[in-house]
Formats: sequence, C-alpha cells, structure tokens
Amino acid sequence: MSDIGFVRTEMLPEQAPPASAVGIIGWCRANLFSGVVNSIMTLLSLYAVYAVLSFFLPWVFSPTWNAGSLNECREILHAQGKEGHFAGACWGVIRERWIQLMFGFYPKELYWRPILTFALLFVAVIPVLFNMISRRMNWFLLALVVFLATLAFSGIMAWILMIVSGLGALYLAYTLVSVNKTDRAEQLAAGAKRLPNPLMFTAAFPFIFPWLLWGGSFWLPIGAALGFVLGYVAYTVLARSIGGLVGLIGGVVAAAVWWLFLVGGFASIAESILPLSIEAVQSRKFGGFMLSITIGVVAIVGSLPLGIVLALGRQSDLMIVKALCVGFIEFIRGVPLITLLFVASTLLNVFMPPGTNFDIILRVLIMVTLFAAAYMAEVVRGGLAALPTGQYEGADSLGLNYWQAQRLVIMPQALKISIPGIVSTFIGVFKDTTLVSIIGLLDPLGLSNAIRADANWNGVVWELYGFIALLFFVFCFSMSRYSMYLERKLQTGHK
Amino acid sequence: MKKSVIFGALTVAGFAAGAAAAGTLDDVKARGKLNCGVTTGLVGFAAPDANGEWMGFDVGVCRAVAAAVLGDPSAVEFVPTTGKTRFTALASGEIDMLARNTTWTFSRDVDLKFTFVGVNYYDGQGFMVPKDLGVSSAKELDGATVCIQTGTTTELNLADFFRSNNISYEPVPIETNAEAQQQYLAGACDVYTTDASGLAATRATFEDPAGHVLLPEIISKEPLGPLVRHGDNEWGDVVRWSLNALVTAEELGVTSANIAEMAAGTNNPEVNRLLGTEGNLGEMLGLDAGWAKNAIMAGGNYGELFEGNIGESTPIGLARGLNAQWTDGGLIYSPPFR
Amino acid sequence: MTTLTDPPKESFQLSMLIYDTRYRSMTIQIVALIGFMLLIGMIISNTAQNLADLGKEPSFGFLMEPAGYDINQRLIEYTSQSTHLRAAFVGLLNTLLVAFMGCIAATILGVIIGVLRLSKNWLIAQLMSVYVEFFRNVPVLLWIVFTMAILIETLPAPRVFKGVETGSVVFTNRGIYVPEPLFARGLGDFSVFGAFDVSIDLLVILAVLFGGIYAARKVKLRADKTQEATGDRPTTWHIRLGLIVVPTVAVLFALGFYLGYPELKGFNFKGGTHMRNSLIALWLALSLYTAAFIAEIVRAGIMAISHGQTEAAAALGLRSNRIMSLVVLPQALRVIIPPLISNYLNLTKNSSLAIAVGYMDITGTLGGITLNQTGRELETLLLLMLCYLIISLSISAVMNWYNESVKLKER
Repeated sequence: MSDIGFVRTEMLPEQAPPASAVGIIGWCRANLFSGVVNSIMTLLSLYAVYAVLSFFLPWVFSPTWNAGSLNECREILHAQGKEGHFAGACWGVIRERWIQLMFGFYPKELYWRPILTFALLFVAVIPVLFNMISRRMNWFLLALVVFLATLAFSGIMAWILMIVSGLGALYLAYTLVSVNKTDRAEQLAAGAKRLPNPLMFTAAFPFIFPWLLWGGSFWLPIGAALGFVLGYVAYTVLARSIGGLVGLIGGVVAAAVWWLFLVGGFASIAESILPLSIEAVQSRKFGGFMLSITIGVVAIVGSLPLGIVLALGRQSDLMIVKALCVGFIEFIRGVPLITLLFVASTLLNVFMPPGTNFDIILRVLIMVTLFAAAYMAEVVRGGLAALPTGQYEGADSLGLNYWQAQRLVIMPQALKISIPGIVSTFIGVFKDTTLVSIIGLLDPLGLSNAIRADANWNGVVWELYGFIALLFFVFCFSMSRYSMYLERKLQTGHK
Repeated sequence: MKKSVIFGALTVAGFAAGAAAAGTLDDVKARGKLNCGVTTGLVGFAAPDANGEWMGFDVGVCRAVAAAVLGDPSAVEFVPTTGKTRFTALASGEIDMLARNTTWTFSRDVDLKFTFVGVNYYDGQGFMVPKDLGVSSAKELDGATVCIQTGTTTELNLADFFRSNNISYEPVPIETNAEAQQQYLAGACDVYTTDASGLAATRATFEDPAGHVLLPEIISKEPLGPLVRHGDNEWGDVVRWSLNALVTAEELGVTSANIAEMAAGTNNPEVNRLLGTEGNLGEMLGLDAGWAKNAIMAGGNYGELFEGNIGESTPIGLARGLNAQWTDGGLIYSPPFR
Repeated sequence: MTTLTDPPKESFQLSMLIYDTRYRSMTIQIVALIGFMLLIGMIISNTAQNLADLGKEPSFGFLMEPAGYDINQRLIEYTSQSTHLRAAFVGLLNTLLVAFMGCIAATILGVIIGVLRLSKNWLIAQLMSVYVEFFRNVPVLLWIVFTMAILIETLPAPRVFKGVETGSVVFTNRGIYVPEPLFARGLGDFSVFGAFDVSIDLLVILAVLFGGIYAARKVKLRADKTQEATGDRPTTWHIRLGLIVVPTVAVLFALGFYLGYPELKGFNFKGGTHMRNSLIALWLALSLYTAAFIAEIVRAGIMAISHGQTEAAAALGLRSNRIMSLVVLPQALRVIIPPLISNYLNLTKNSSLAIAVGYMDITGTLGGITLNQTGRELETLLLLMLCYLIISLSISAVMNWYNESVKLKER
C-alpha cells in the first residue's frame, strides 16, 4: 500500500531534437554526408566548384572597363603585376561595343523603335501566355508603354498620343485600384460593359511589328490587314450564295490577288492622300541581338499558322494532301538548318522569277520560318493527338462540320496543350539564329568576328563570347522557366 | 526593270533593286545608294567601328565609287559577305560591286563571269612562323601543322606548293582570321598562311610582334581587286575609272588637301581633265564633271587611302612594296586620262 | 408485301464535285496536287532560266574533277588529286564518325547526369541542374567555339614536349595521340570496288571475337537449360571467358600485334592514332550539349515510373541496383526512347556546324570548299541535303524499329 508507481502519469516535455539532426548540421548530414560515397562526392564537387571559381573570379573582376584597346588592357593588367594570357578580362570591348551587339547598325536616333516594338511584343503576348491577367491590367500596360514611348518625342501627333494614352492609363489604373476583382465580377454580372478583349491588340501586332522595325508607310500594314478583311468578306458572301468550299477558295484567291497585285497601289494612293510614314530602315541595318530576336519572333509568328495547316494536313484522310505535308515536314526536319541557310544565301533568288530580288535578311526569314513551321507542325500534332477522341466525336455529334469542329472545339484545346512545346520551339529557333553568322549576317556571333577585325580589339576572345553566352542564357533560361511554370499550370488544369 | 512583289505585311524595305542584267548605273542613281559587298571583317581592309561605320582600305574604294556616282561618300550600303556568299550576292544583283580582297583568277573571270576592273592591292600568299621555331624557309616545313583560312584560293595554293616540293603537312582549315590567329598564337599550328598583307596586319596586333617572322617564300600571285558582273560595261567602266582616278591622283600629286585649289584649274592638262575643268570625261561615263574630284575627296587618293588604313603609320604597318606607284618601282599603274 | 422501289438513278453532275462529300475530297486533293505541281514547275522553270542567264548549266560533271585541296582527317585514302566526289565521301564518313561518337557519349553522359540529378546529395543534384540549364540555354554553336578555344588555350603545344619523356597517351592542343594497334605479320588490305581499302587483320580479329562470343552464348544457354532441368547451375564463367579471350589473343599473337606509341619528330608527334582537336572539340561540345537534353529525358522517364513499382520490387527482395536494372529502367526506356531518337537526329544535324572549328565533315568539304571552288551551288546543296536526309531517315527508321520491338505489348 503505497502510491509508488512505476508508471509515469504525466507526459515528459518535448525535447529538442539532437543538434546533429536539425539546423544546418542536420541538413548537411542528411543531404551532403549521408554515407561514405556521398561524402566523398560532396567533397569532390566542392573542390571542383572551388577550382573553377578561383580561376574564374579573378579573371572576371579585372579593372579594365575603361580601356580603349586590347593593348591598354594589357598595360592596366601589367601595372597590377598580372601577366600572361589569363591575367584578366578586357571589358573595354564590351563597354565600347555592347550597344552594337544589341542593335547592330540600326540608326542611333531610331533605337526607340526596336525597344518599343519589343515592349509592345511583351504586352501582346501576355493575353496568350498568362491568361489569368485581367483585361484592365493588360490595357493598362499597353497604355503605359505607349505613354512612356511618347515622352521621348515632341510634335503634335506625339502630344495627342501622349494625352490619350496617359489619360487611358490613369483611368485604368484608377479602376484597377478602386474596384477589386469580386466587385468587378458583380458589376459584370449586373451587365456592365467589359473592356474589349486584349487579344485584339495581339492580332493587330503582327502588322505593327514589321512596320515599327522596318518603317515606311503605315498604309502598307493597313493594306496587308485589309487583305484578311477582303478574304473574309469574299468567303462569307460566296459561302452564303454558293457554298462553303467555293467560299473558302474564293476568299483565299481574293486575299492572294489583293496581296500580290493591289496592296502596293493601295498603299501609295493612300500615302499620297494622307501621308503617314516613319523613316524606312533597310533590313541590312539589323544586327546583334535585335536581329536574333527579330528572326526568332517572325519565324514563330509566321510558322504558327503554317504549322497548324501542316499538322492538320498530316492528320487528314486525304491521301495526297497528307503525303505532301508529311513530305515537307520530314524533309525540313531531316536536313540541318545550316543547309537551309545556304539555300537562302545562294539559291533562293535563283528559284524566284527572274528579276525578283529579296535582300538576304528577308530570305533568311523565309527559310527560318519554313524550318520552324515543320517543327511547329509536330508540336501541334502532339497537341491534337493528346486530345481524347471523345472531343472529336462530341464535335461530330453536334453536327459541326470539319472547319467548325476545328475552330470551336479542337484547336482551342490542342493549342493550349501545345503552348509549352511552342515555347521550347521558340527557344530552339532563337538559339539557332546564331547560325546566320555562318552566312555572313552580323548577329551577335557574326559581330564578334567583325569586332575582332578592329585593330584595337584583335585578339579578344572570351569577353565577347562570354557576354553573348550570358545574354542568350538569360533570355532562354527565363523562357524555359516560364514554359515549365506553364506546364505545371496546365497539368493541374487537367485533373 | 523592277518587279515588285508584296508578300503579306512585309514592307518594300526588304526588296532591293531588281534585274541583274543591265543598267546598274541607272539603278544605283535611282536608288541613291551603292550596295557594296565587303568582308565580314578583316583588319585594315574592312571592319565596322563602334558607331557602326565601316572603315578600311576596301571600304575606301566603295566610298570613292559612291562619291563618283552619287556625289556622297556615305551613300553606301555595306553588305558583309563570306567567301561562300560573295559571288552569289554579286551575280544575283544583291550588290552592285564587290570589294572584298578577292583574287583575280582566270576561272572567276571566265567561268564565274565576273569582270575585275583593276587591282587595288597586289598580294601573295605567305607564311608566318614563330621566331623560336628556327625556320627560315617554307621548304623546311615538312610535317608541320598549317592553319589556313578557308573559302579562298589559299587552300589550293597550299596543296600545290607542298605537292610540288614533295613535303607533307597537316592542314587545319579555319573560317575566320580571328580564330586562325588564336590557334596560331596558342601553338596549335606551327605556321599560319594567308595573304601576306593579312599576315602582316595580324602580326601587328600581337602582344609580341617581334617574336614572329614572315618567311621569304610568297607562293602565289594574289592580285586583289574590285569586281562587277559581266555584261554591264558602262557600270564596269565607272568602277574601273573611279579606281584609276585614285591612282592617277596620287601619281599627279592630287591629294584631298590640295584638291580644292587644284580643281580651280592648273596648268597640267591631265589634272584638269581628271578634275573635270577640261574636257568631258565625266559626261562620257554618264556622271557629272566633278566625279573624280568627289571620288578623291571621299578618302583621299590611292596613297592616302593606303597610308590611312594599312600603311606604315597605322598599327598594321604595311610597306608599299609592290603597291607603290610604277614611278617608284611598284606595280600600281593607271592608264592615262585622255 | 411492299415492293422495293429502286432508288432514283443518280446522274453525275459537275456540281457534285464540290457538294457531294464522296467526290469532294477527290476534288480537293486534285486541286492540291495541281497547285503543288504548278509550284514545283514554276521553281524549276525559274531556276532553269536564271541559271541559263548566269551561263551555268546544271551538271554534276564537276564531281569527277580533281578537288585540289587537302583534308586532314580522312578515313579512306585521299589526296588533293582525288575527285570532288571522293572528297565529299571523306566528309560524309567524318560526319558519320562524329555523329556516332557523339550519340554514344551523349547517351552515357546524359544517363549519368539524369540519374545524378535525382541524387539525394543536395550539392550534386544542384550542380547537375546548373549543368543542364547552362548547356540547354546557350546556343550549341557557341559551345562548339568555346570548347575549341578551351582546348587550344589550355593544353600544351607539342613543342613543349621537346626532350621530355612522354607517356603512351599525349594531350596536346593539336589533339590527343593514343597508341595505335600495329601488326608485325599483318595480312594486308583488300580493296573494295577499287574505291577504298579494308584491313584484313581487323576483319579476322572481329570474326574470331564474334565467334568466341557466339560460342560463349551457346554455353550459357546450355547452362540455363541444365539449371531449369535440374536446379543446379554448372559453373561456366571460366569456360565462357576462355572461349572469348583465348582465340582472340591467339590471333593477335599470330598477327604479331604490338602498339605503336606516338613520338615527337620534327613539328609533330608521329605514330599513334591522332584524334584531332577539331574532332574532339566538336565531339565534346555536341555530346555535352545533347547530354543536357538527354538528362532531362532520362529524369522524366524515371520519374514517370510510379513509386509503387519500386516499392513492389523492394518487397520482392530485389537489391536496389537490380530494381533499377530489372524494374525501373525497362519501363522508363519506353518513355525515354522516342525523344531520345529526336535528340540523336538533332546531334547528327548539329554536327554540320563542324565548319566553325574546321572539322572537315560533309558540310565542310562538299558544302564548303567544293562549293566555293566550283561555284556549283545548286548541285552541291542538293547533294548535301540528300545526304543528310538519308542519314536522318535511316536513323529514325532504325530507332523506330527498335522502339517497336521494346514497346509494351498491349492487349
């Protein structure tokens, strides 16, 4: 009879885990030194990292930013007691030439045009790439970009644009701040008018893009856009009166005739009535990263419709059409891009009617677009194949015809699935634009050779390559991160 | 003459002038710009500076022609070409003339159908070796590794030279001068071979130029000159005589410094004919009377161009040698302006 | 009884070509075909006219003329007096060589890196991610130029070795020299169609080696049978090893096999096999670049295998390396192979960037110097594209056949 008990009745207080299992030490043990092999590998990799950095960092941090030639760099390094080939980087070449590496030979006073173009490009792809952004936000960004661009100019047009875009941006910013998302949803439900779809701007962008970069009359892109309108009108009129297929053919023919024979006349007449043009820039002024991005963007934008048509052709039951599409895709995918660029540089003019002459950049654009189209076709085909058959059958059972089914049911879903593939095709094409240096275009790599032909910088190697590699890396890496993010997002969307 | 085709939204800016057949002079005048093919970059001969302005000896020829035809030395579009693309660019009419240190050979003239209008630099293929290799003649190079710049006549000359001397070698073909230079300096090749001017220019930019020697053998004749398409003789004449005007100007002592005063009229009739104060040479060419004056004012006469871009006062430091005036024992010789 | 009436006889009308779905597809196809033919016809007639204007009649006759230039790396006999056709063939072999070596190296590297990226060691996994991201996001042309520059700048020039005792393998900035197999009593070569020579020694050794392997396989199969019948497995490894090794060694001995070591003579090393810098740079750059893509494919393939598979295999008592080789990899392979094929294709096509480092592949010979010297753009480029097309199509045919054979046999 005693109350001595050997059973504890109250809980012991929780003790801190041993120091070796938590915190930095614990993390290290778990992740770096969990076994003999692992420890050895960790030490080896640490040594490798050290070896690389200890060689690399002193080279990178060299005080040669202001040097005017390679010899000056050598003198600066010599004064510091550093000798030899790897004494230090010669950054003067980057200071002197980075603008050239960016814009090539584009006229200095017109640098705003490529900058504005690529800012607008960003605004234009937002609704495609990030569909969660609100319409207000998108239009606000557009107004902001235009407003910022107009700040740099004077003149009546610039003033008008500045006031309009500024007011627009202010109004949109006000609504963005004052009305939150749920309230806005209620307003919309109550019948408030929505802002127009920002995809309208995206659709207009392919016409604005060349106009801003190459300049010339604004009536030319307008005329080109009118071709689509004309084709559509011809299609609807003919389709209603005669039949779908005739309408389609009629529309295509009407647009083609317009583009081939009438646009030039239209543009010059309109120009003489109301001159609206900016200074034209020859495409051989393009160079550096601007050239790479231009080629990449034009190729992707141009290859998308072509790729969709090819993918549909490849999936189609029509034997000859299918054979033509497969032949084209396999041919392009079977040969290296460099041979196609050789064709662009030496043969494309020979294929054209005697007397026609494109400049080399336009020829390269055509070839790279065809090249990208074959890859794009495969990406889109992947998207089409990933759709469950039920979608096709569902569309059929609704009584939709082929084009309606494609337009309303299949393509929106297939393209959405394909976006990561499209982005990685874009990264691939963008990286491949370095190949144009082999046919003598002055992209960053081509320019690096031209720069080394300057007696001041003859012998500079690593600084230029390093700078170019870094820029490509930043660009491609952010694109690929975006693509991965998108993949994750699309995956959850399917569960 | 021009067949304009509009594809979609791409603007006319992309379309250069048309037919390759005739009337280049009219085309150039109508366009207001001369399209001149140059290299993608060769020290002293053509390279863009930090402002994107092309500089160099070949560039000077382009500017002189532009000044003669259009009166404005800056009215030139420089089209960088590689060894592979240069002839196609000229044949297709993408460029009006090519001034890209191109060797005048029989097959290029006859088979590829180009007209070389003259020679602006007499060159020859040479060899450069490091001094400490202890080689004094190219015939001692048995078994050596040789860096060659491709896309030129260089590799053919080299193959012929080693075969005729019955010695072996290991060719390392390289696309650009910059990379060849890098390999040579690192010792990945024993010898670097290209045009002697290129070798001298390259050596001048080395950290230690004195550590390298040019071997005495010059294994080929490389007359470099501007060229135009066959079959357009008017245009060929314009380019030929623009070049000759530069040469004659040096011979007659007309420089960019004294040209204004000489153009007022001198008592040397040939100077007067050249500068358009006497006779109607400009009219015969289809140009205005001051064409040669403009050409010379663009960058100076032949000697000034040479000294300014590749001569002994520049880092490249080439001596005149064969490229001195015939009166000084060189080969530079212009037919008379008469 | 109802009487069956015949459906009204259809008479063919022209409009049915458009409205009747039975004929419409025909109409579309014929229109497409005519359009295509017109396009091709237009291109051909334009080309003919343009070439006639330039005075260049298309002809492949130039292929039979002497090339006039030298090629450093040649797998078959070639001199500057050989024809352009032979130069193209030398280039083609060089392309195939670097593509083949590249595919193997890229696969090995890619698998290692892909597996290491899933390593539990944080540092290693991070380093591998950095590797993959760096290589994937910088253009391959830059990597090729980079690799070449690194090889040139870091390795010593051959003249450094003057008077120095060198080992059997020499690393110089002109390439790597490794000992070469030589035969004191060699059987010589025999010529195939008079075009190129094949070493009889090599054929004999290969024949003996494969014979040995075949015999060893037979022994193993018999051992398997015995094991199935009796439960006991006879020890056969020494017999199998002997069957492979002994005859091969005997043949090598009979041929008087010895190794030729590189030796510095004059400007360069003589003797030994010379792997040129350009080959190594191109090979390394292509494999490192492609390995980054393959690593991602391998990682995705392994991660696609559900964890349950690994756990089930562990529950059966398999050791971890056997789990990998018997359970995970065979399944992952099905996911891995199709993208792997396209990466092999990409590597092969990227090998055309060889001109950047002066490796004389087919783009460097046929599409490079031959094109420059003859000015025959149309003919050379057509041939060049045809060669690549054939290579690509054969790679995809072989790999597709392999893919079919390992594909999961579905119900």
